[in-house]
Amino acid sequence: MQRIESFFDAFFGAAANPWRHLGALGFYLLWITFATGVYLFIVLDTGIEEIHTSIEYYTHEQWWLGGIIRSLHRYAADALVLVMLLHLARELLYGRYNGFRWYSWITGVPVIWLVYASGIGGYWLVWDQLGLFSAVASAEWFDWIPTFSGVTTRNFLPGMLTDRFFSLLVFLHIGIPLILLLALWVHIQRISHSDVFPARSLALGTFAMLFVLALVKPTVSHGKADLSMLSPVLHLDWHYLFVHPLMYLTSPAGLWAMAGLFSLLLLLLPLLPHPKQQPIASVNPPNCNGCRRCFVDCPYGAVVMLPHPDKPGHELARVIPELCASCGICAGACPSSTPFRSVDTLVTGIDMPAQPVGALREEMERKIAALAGPVKIAVFGCTCAAETARLESADTAVLNLMCAGLLPPSFAEYALRGGADGVLVTGCREGSCAYRLGTRWTEERLASQREPHLRATVPAEHLRIVWADSHEMSRLKAALEDFRHSLQTLNADEKRPRAYTPRRIAQHG
Amino acid sequence: MVSKSPVNPLMLVGQVVFYGLFAVIIGYFSTSPDYTHLEPDKALIKLSFSTHGEPVGECRDRTPEELAKLAPNMRKARVCPRERSPITVKIDLDGHSLFEGVAPPTGLSKDGTSNIYRRFEVPAGEHLLSVKMNDNVRIQDFNYIKEERLTLQPAQILVIDLRKDHGGIFFE
Repeated sequence: MQRIESFFDAFFGAAANPWRHLGALGFYLLWITFATGVYLFIVLDTGIEEIHTSIEYYTHEQWWLGGIIRSLHRYAADALVLVMLLHLARELLYGRYNGFRWYSWITGVPVIWLVYASGIGGYWLVWDQLGLFSAVASAEWFDWIPTFSGVTTRNFLPGMLTDRFFSLLVFLHIGIPLILLLALWVHIQRISHSDVFPARSLALGTFAMLFVLALVKPTVSHGKADLSMLSPVLHLDWHYLFVHPLMYLTSPAGLWAMAGLFSLLLLLLPLLPHPKQQPIASVNPPNCNGCRRCFVDCPYGAVVMLPHPDKPGHELARVIPELCASCGICAGACPSSTPFRSVDTLVTGIDMPAQPVGALREEMERKIAALAGPVKIAVFGCTCAAETARLESADTAVLNLMCAGLLPPSFAEYALRGGADGVLVTGCREGSCAYRLGTRWTEERLASQREPHLRATVPAEHLRIVWADSHEMSRLKAALEDFRHSLQTLNADEKRPRAYTPRRIAQHG
Repeated sequence: MVSKSPVNPLMLVGQVVFYGLFAVIIGYFSTSPDYTHLEPDKALIKLSFSTHGEPVGECRDRTPEELAKLAPNMRKARVCPRERSPITVKIDLDGHSLFEGVAPPTGLSKDGTSNIYRRFEVPAGEHLLSVKMNDNVRIQDFNYIKEERLTLQPAQILVIDLRKDHGGIFFE
């Protein structure tokens, strides 16, 4: 999966790579169906005789507006199904369905049902032979439920339908997508900084694609629905309506079994055995000044700010255990994580028990002190990305973090002033970060676009950022060698930050 | 330090190719391949009704003793069984059995309508269709019978309905 995504990065760039933003793309396609649906609702006549005629009018007579909008509505809905299924497959392949992610996974299951219910209902509204086929097939499916026992299908017998039926259909075709929107809101509740709108280039490219498709292959209807005659051959929209042939191939009970089993399997996936999560972040109140940076940067809204119990007017961070992903991004955001603090034992405001910032400082000092060679480089890596441990050598110190986002930017300056000639920061590519925002926040912090920022006194020539996924080890190696070569060409003391000798004082009380 | 990849012609060509590929997938599966719902030489017969069967027993008058035992506001002289008869259906096409079944009354007290829906694909052309139904357990034979020679066009839908208030079995 990462290879496919990296391949597409070459053409779209990570920010606009559709594979990396399937959720946002899904939202965008839903917005298109909503926007186009407003116009279609305005021009639709819901009379039993008029509904098909009104659609035919704007499809053919007003093709330049109504026809294109109808096609956009249809194709955006089709694309939504594909994007949704790809999003599901991607998260499944990455194993993102258990642990702290169980909520997003479980709440995604009803979304699938609602997308299909919304889309299939739209076909009925056209009230052509395809719409009639879909309506009857759906009714036959529901009639398998003992409570219905054949009465739903009777609605589609000659003489049974009235204009009110189509008013009901319009109500459902608006109501169900609104419920879908509510379900999506629930789906992303445990995600902060949600990716619900794609990058401009991806949005424009997708819209242009749908627009060209609407011009090249306009959506047209079948013949008007006739309750006494079937249309034996149908130009089926397989994105949504594949369920009907599947039912006729098996049985209504068979389709219920397949749909139920599929949903049940998805719902049960989070219960499967999975690796135990690292201990969650912990707040150290004496070192928390209530700055809110961890609260802002947490990708999962696991940090909340509460009134400080002892300092009126101040706030204190608190971690919600069930939401915490144990990524360490909060520790990287904490200003107390700076290694320049003179305390003997560095304890930060919010820290990761599995990889405390204090231990990281000690490891860094030890490894940099042991470096030898003309160009000494400190590499900060990420356990989810390319395996940085393989880069370790006499002149290269490697510090592997649980996420690149755990790196307080001041560590880069500290490493340079502590003896390293260069600092290379690596981690997952944008959009690949297992914790969503580690790459983005780290990049912004090192570029002084986000707090805590790297000081401007750190020369850019001595810092390099290389995002490399787990399969890109050779690219990372090449980047390291290129960086080393680049450092060799620099004058020894040119723009070099002045050396820093740690002063340590024992902490009391 | 933070490098941004410049857009180059190769990227644009790649984007056009991949957007185009996605469009082809969407466009193709939005109408293709065709689905043959019914063979060209077939017609469809649908059996569908939703109606009450007759009560399972006769109505009777309560005795004075029975009435006296009831609260004054409950003293209705005539009492009928609540449960309804299931509706038995037998369909023959050209002398061969097409369907035999029973539609039981719905409801916990079996006092609701009997509902049924079945679909049968049959060859188009001339047929002798015979439908018999019984909606009363107190009658042994079928009390609704309709037999008709009819011609079904290819793709035609013929509905067999039971509308007791309109005289019985209907072919529509």
